[in-house]
Amino acid sequence: MGVLSEELRDQIRAQFPNYPNKRAVVLPALHLVQDAQRHVSIEAVREIAELLELHPSEVHDTMTFYQFFKDEKHKLGKHRVWVCRSISCMLRGGEELLQHMCEKLHVHPGQTSADGKVTMEFAECLGACDGAPCILVDDEAHMNITPEKADELLKSL
Amino acid sequence: MSTFEPTLLARINKPDSQSLETYRRDGGYEGFKKALGMAPVDVINQVKDSGLRGRGGAGFPTGLKWTFLPKDHPGPIYLAINADESEPATFNNRILMEQDPHQVLEGIAISCYAIKSKKAYIYLRYEYGRSYRALKKAIEECYAAGLFGQNIHGTGFDLDVVLHRGAAAYICGEETGLIESLEGKRAWPRIKPPFPAIEGLFRKPTIVNNIETMACVKQILDRGADWFKSMGVPPDPSNPRDAGSYGPKLYCISGHVNKPGCVELPMGITARQLIDEHGGGVWKGRNAKAVVPGGISMGFLSASELDTPLDFNGPGKVGCLGLGTAAITVIDDHTSMVDVLFNCARFFAHESCGQCTPCREGTAWMHKILARIRMGEGQSRDLDLLNEVASSMGIIPGTTICGLSDGAAWPIKNAIKKFRSEFEEYIQTGRKTVKPSDALMEVH
Ligand SMILES: Cc1cc2nc3c(=O)[nH]c(=O)nc-3n(C[C@H](O)[C@H](O)[C@H](O)COP(=O)(O)O)c2cc1C
Ligand code: SF4
Ligand code: FES
Repeated sequence: MGVLSEELRDQIRAQFPNYPNKRAVVLPALHLVQDAQRHVSIEAVREIAELLELHPSEVHDTMTFYQFFKDEKHKLGKHRVWVCRSISCMLRGGEELLQHMCEKLHVHPGQTSADGKVTMEFAECLGACDGAPCILVDDEAHMNITPEKADELLKSL
Repeated sequence: MSTFEPTLLARINKPDSQSLETYRRDGGYEGFKKALGMAPVDVINQVKDSGLRGRGGAGFPTGLKWTFLPKDHPGPIYLAINADESEPATFNNRILMEQDPHQVLEGIAISCYAIKSKKAYIYLRYEYGRSYRALKKAIEECYAAGLFGQNIHGTGFDLDVVLHRGAAAYICGEETGLIESLEGKRAWPRIKPPFPAIEGLFRKPTIVNNIETMACVKQILDRGADWFKSMGVPPDPSNPRDAGSYGPKLYCISGHVNKPGCVELPMGITARQLIDEHGGGVWKGRNAKAVVPGGISMGFLSASELDTPLDFNGPGKVGCLGLGTAAITVIDDHTSMVDVLFNCARFFAHESCGQCTPCREGTAWMHKILARIRMGEGQSRDLDLLNEVASSMGIIPGTTICGLSDGAAWPIKNAIKKFRSEFEEYIQTGRKTVKPSDALMEVH
């Protein structure tokens, strides 16, 4: 019994029929593990590799390419909040919003609030530019965000 | 324009627009049924005849791309749907997937039948959680209704559709980066040829198409090639490589306008019309200084170029890279182009996959040089240096594997050409811009 529960292993195995080989399950597996454990530890990487019949370095290589996945030194909080910094949001106050939210939580992008609830990050265009400035809470976009709305949102998490 | 009836967006914002039940009530999946009664080659010919060109940015003729697949291939052949939509200012795929997922799925089913593929993967950017849930539910409905699965409608045609989530990387939108990512690897684009139609996903023949392209395919099957061709702009006789710009197009409008949004219009509308007639005008009663014509990779239109038609041919005529995603960002006359260009350069430095030296180093240097200009430490010769770096990277000069670097170079080249005096004045008068948020993002 390693760090991946039997339930997680089953969820990963359930992906196998979708693809002609197991390597294609690397991203789905990383998502499943990070969603459940808020990071992907090196032990988890080894166990994913074993399930997918890969060398751990292959899983690790993919994982580290996508800065989306975090190792044990950068564990995510309960929620992940991304503030868009790309052009359409920047033109409508996105960077000021990022600053406001970071100050509110006393964190820098990439860090997690002291209560462990929120990891703040900046993002490139979230594809919600019609509601600039916008933020993403986990995977739900929230549009036309003012500092007041941001405060309310943070409180609700 | 007032008489134009949207088709791609016809069902958007209607109650329960995502459900199979309402979709069918509106005539949904009749086009797929029609296709199933045709020979696959006739479906391809209909799409060819329509003049449809891909909506993902490159504008390649869709029917023609499909004919590049090897003839009589034993399979598998894959359809990989590009739903990575990450070009800054672009959000039309999101609206289609969130609000009318069945329209997209029907286009996918028709396309699979046409190219004899039994398996479609939808590569969806992770950030589109709402699209993910809408598509997931719609796919489940299709299996339950016998629209997907084995022996569909007793025709012997089988189809599986798999949703695959990305992990927040722009380069996964480049079609071979997408393929590598789907295979579970880092999203390093492949050297082409071989093109995906010959050797793509899992080393099998693969067609990569955009979400909006799929919605167009569905409408073409419903309404016919002539209907599609009745809209838009015919080929420019002075450009032998222009294949025309037909059909409706989803234009995104964002930035400094009163009413940002996505509108469907016949191809060939101008940036000025988009701003004034559909975007509610420039905000705060100001004027536009510059407009991004189709995602930041395409460069900039200056204020005197706003009557450029946004078809596949127009933006190139005024020095832009192309139409791109037809997503305009309006920049008002109170905004510094130094800030704008810095923002663009930072994006590409962050998103270069790092595989090719001119792109990895070039995007990093352009970002650094613009940061120093912006902080008031620039010199006039920095502008030529930027130009030199920008001109040395990309598929066009032949130094890189994919088009990200051409897209990184273009806003730089355009801005320095079209707004040079503003940059020179900024540097010479010793202006400085330091936002508190800059420091926050340096740390990352
Ligand atoms: C750096 C880069 C990013 C791209 N991103 C996207 C994207 O997010 N979505 C998309 O459909 N096409 C994108 N493309 C274009 C694809 O490579 C490809 O041409 C397109 O998906 C083909 O579909 P279409 O023919 O239906 O347009 C991108 C290209 C490059 C060079
Ligand atoms: S051009 Fe840039 S993004 Fe494209 S493959 Fe090369 S390094 Fe990667
Ligand atoms: S620029 Fe922020 S969502 Fe597109």
